[in-house]
Amino acid sequence: MADPGYPVLSFLIFFPLVAAVWLFFVKSDGFVRAFTLVAGFLEMLIAMPLFGFKLGVAKFQFVEFHDWLPDLGMSYNLGLDGLSLFMVMLTALMLPLCVLCSWTYIKKRVKEFHFCLLLMTSACIGVFASLDFVLFYIFWEAMLIPMYLLIAVWGGPERRYASLKFFLYTLAGSTLLLAAIVAFRHAGGSFSIPELMQGNYSFKFQFWTFLAMALAFAIKVPMFPFHTWLPAAHVQAPSAGSVLLAAVLLKMGTYGFLRFCLPLAPAASVYFAPMMIAISIASILYGGLIALGQKDVKKLIAYSSVAHMGFVTLGIFLFNLRGVEGAIMQMLNHGITTGALFMMIGLIYERSHSREIADNQGLGKYMPAFMFMWGLFSFSSFGFPGTNSFVGEILVLVGAFQENLWAAFLAVPGAMLAAAYMLRLLQRMTWGSPSSFKKKTWTDMSGREWLYLIPLAVLVFYIGLAPTLALKTIDPSIEKVLADLSAKNQALGFSKEMSLAELMRLPAPAANVRLAEADETTQTPAP
Amino acid sequence: MNIGLLAPELYQLLLILALFAASLFADKDKGDPLWLPGAAIAGVFVCAASMGARGVLFYDAYQVDGLSQFFKLAVSIGYAVTVLNALNQPTLEKEKRTDYYMLLGMSAWGLMLLASSVELITLYLALELSSYSLYALIPLRKGDPRAAEAGVKYILFGAMVTAIALYGLSYVMASQHTTYIAALVGKPWSFTAAPMAVVGLTLFLGGFFYKLALFPFHFWAPDVYQGASNETASYVATVPKLGAVVVLVRLAALLTPGMEITNILALLGAVSMTFGNLAALAQKDLKRLLGYSSVAHAGYVMLGLVSGTAAGLAAAVFYSLVYLLMNLTCFFVICKVSDGGENVQLNDLCGLYKRAPMLAMVLAVGAFALVGLPPTAGFTGKLFLLTSVWEHGYNWLVIVAVLNTAISIYYYLSMVRHAYTKEENLDGPVIKISPVNAALAGALAIAVLLLGVMPGSMYDLAKAAGQGLLP
Repeated sequence: MADPGYPVLSFLIFFPLVAAVWLFFVKSDGFVRAFTLVAGFLEMLIAMPLFGFKLGVAKFQFVEFHDWLPDLGMSYNLGLDGLSLFMVMLTALMLPLCVLCSWTYIKKRVKEFHFCLLLMTSACIGVFASLDFVLFYIFWEAMLIPMYLLIAVWGGPERRYASLKFFLYTLAGSTLLLAAIVAFRHAGGSFSIPELMQGNYSFKFQFWTFLAMALAFAIKVPMFPFHTWLPAAHVQAPSAGSVLLAAVLLKMGTYGFLRFCLPLAPAASVYFAPMMIAISIASILYGGLIALGQKDVKKLIAYSSVAHMGFVTLGIFLFNLRGVEGAIMQMLNHGITTGALFMMIGLIYERSHSREIADNQGLGKYMPAFMFMWGLFSFSSFGFPGTNSFVGEILVLVGAFQENLWAAFLAVPGAMLAAAYMLRLLQRMTWGSPSSFKKKTWTDMSGREWLYLIPLAVLVFYIGLAPTLALKTIDPSIEKVLADLSAKNQALGFSKEMSLAELMRLPAPAANVRLAEADETTQTPAP
Repeated sequence: MNIGLLAPELYQLLLILALFAASLFADKDKGDPLWLPGAAIAGVFVCAASMGARGVLFYDAYQVDGLSQFFKLAVSIGYAVTVLNALNQPTLEKEKRTDYYMLLGMSAWGLMLLASSVELITLYLALELSSYSLYALIPLRKGDPRAAEAGVKYILFGAMVTAIALYGLSYVMASQHTTYIAALVGKPWSFTAAPMAVVGLTLFLGGFFYKLALFPFHFWAPDVYQGASNETASYVATVPKLGAVVVLVRLAALLTPGMEITNILALLGAVSMTFGNLAALAQKDLKRLLGYSSVAHAGYVMLGLVSGTAAGLAAAVFYSLVYLLMNLTCFFVICKVSDGGENVQLNDLCGLYKRAPMLAMVLAVGAFALVGLPPTAGFTGKLFLLTSVWEHGYNWLVIVAVLNTAISIYYYLSMVRHAYTKEENLDGPVIKISPVNAALAGALAIAVLLLGVMPGSMYDLAKAAGQGLLP
């Protein structure tokens, strides 16, 4: 890893904050946009050293450590591994793209809008980069406020309802996460995540903390019974808000499962895996079936998100390399593809002022460039071979077939459903008649619109055709997570055949298990 | 006797005497005494300068230690902010203003004495000193009969609770044969060993629960806040609570988890936060809303008191300072939004982001802090409380507390929703605030954020205070 000469992650987190404060002194709306766009490009530049991520090691890289409140075991601890690297990169990429796609979409309270965008970026990067549980929670919750405002101020007609639902759901879900964090502080003696990962906890403790954490993450993902906030929020949010929701926010939930549930509550994760797999499959099928019946383009894509995220959680709880690889790839791919689709919905909404399919149909003849891009991302969305989502979905399915034939058989129709609803939508939008195109006012894509879609289109093919580099980057971290999981469960004496009553009596192992690779980055001061 | 130990109290007393002289001799039609804000702010510095003072005075009845100095500083901050906030109070006649500040000062002085009292009768006297001036302050609202009603309610409740507390005190004295807290620490406090003392102490604590507005002693809070003028309410809702917390922290040193009294505290805390939050959901008047919210926050403070550890006491101390700041922030905005001193309804906040962007932002910071959302001090304070009480026999209380956050988010958020997302009343009159007020509002908001992000130094002070009681 080449030393970039500055703390990359801190810069990524604090630069948008500084820019947001500067924004207060900017007067004209046009300049606000340009200013935030430049800030976005700078943010991407700052993120460049992340490409120096060392392959083949599982330990945390780009680590920063400062004491924060040593009395309580709180520290300012940042770092990246294979699980979080891509998410940070994706977040940094999304900032300038979101500015570009809101260039004409947002007309009122422009300064506040960009202020919220910058805060969002900062908080989201913080969530993925934190290696301290409290720090993580701070970013996790702080992110709610700008997202709430994005929906509540610049959203559609029912924005107040949607934003409130979003806020209440996600906040209520994460309150018990705070209790779990406090409990870990006592059981593990620290808030530091690498340090907590070294520890072993009794099954009973894991059981309850897993439930508390899983509730928070499942709401964020969202998994089947907790998904109802998502369609409302997606449909009402402005274009950039939907993009951030889809590309970054939903990933926080699945990232939470990988980062916290698997390493901290390994036995409980295995114990609950059948339930989580069942819920994932329910999400895949339910999301797909509901998407099939939608009249509203945005709602359709929102429900397809539920289905796609179902694949991610399915992959995670298979506990094999292919499954988790697929899950992480799918997290990235869903961010790219669905993000792009939401941008394009915003694009067409600016012309038709409606999100109904019926008001946006028959455009193939008149807006070929738009339909080409829409087609591309639609194909990517249902996992057409050669595009990015294919890689993710096939890996998850391979993992599923290795692990559990039934789960795999049930997930396959989900992939077919995706093709059904996306092709139906694509067909209506391209050839549906009568065409809703209006000659005078509608134009095909402008240069600015090309500009924000091209990078995502390139990524679709790059990951679709050459996923090796990406897989190499994430593999060591995944292997470590899975190896630690089985080592810890062995030490605990856990087996799937035991009854719950027996399991509840399992005490924490006396000595800490030797984990796959001692984390050299745990820079805890000597006690 | 080292008189220097008493610097904060003496300074406050001088301030009161100066106000008394001014009320006798100065020209009453001039209104606010212009020298007062500066003098009140100087008081904060006097308190800060004597943070390190330690000693015992007046036959061991009066102790100057980390805890007392911390609270004196907090009280002086509260007093200074209230004075700045109450300048040009629209519902107060000009000729009454000097007296008003004098009574406020008396109340703050009583609370400072309370912070240092370590003997039960001294405690009681200091408590009454701070209460009596409030009895006179609350009805001072021009042309509003509700203020008189609020005053009567406060006095009747107060008198009743005082009687109960004194009755309890007599039991404690009869059973334990001492009124010094230091001597009481060594005595047995379980029901089997000293039933009379347990009953007596519980009743005595009631007097402070009343000040703190803990369930079931909370009935006065929403009514009094609503009836009193905005500026008075912002004082009554914040600073006297500090006095109650400091006494409870001192007495909590007697308690260990599992005792009957500790269980009662935990139970009252749980009921108080749940009831306060549920009742606040239905409120439309902002001061009533904050009244019920203060009932809920009184419940949160109990978390720190039942843990029986120095960390718990430190967390309670820290949280009370945070509570003071975030409530002052919200009340400050209410006072400025109120046009002519009327009560502010939720709907009056509509379009605030346009009419007064600064106030809207400060209100958002205050409201999110009250919820306990990071990165504000409300979150940090709550985190300290939760961490301190986990694994000390009250895990269920932690669960109740975090679930209460989920209940409370709705009504705090609706303040922000009205200010930022309602499109009505956008063209209402722009609210002008003077540069001084803008600076004060900004300073409060920044303090709330700073204590959230960098709580280190304040927490160290709170920890020193806690360790002074429970080594």
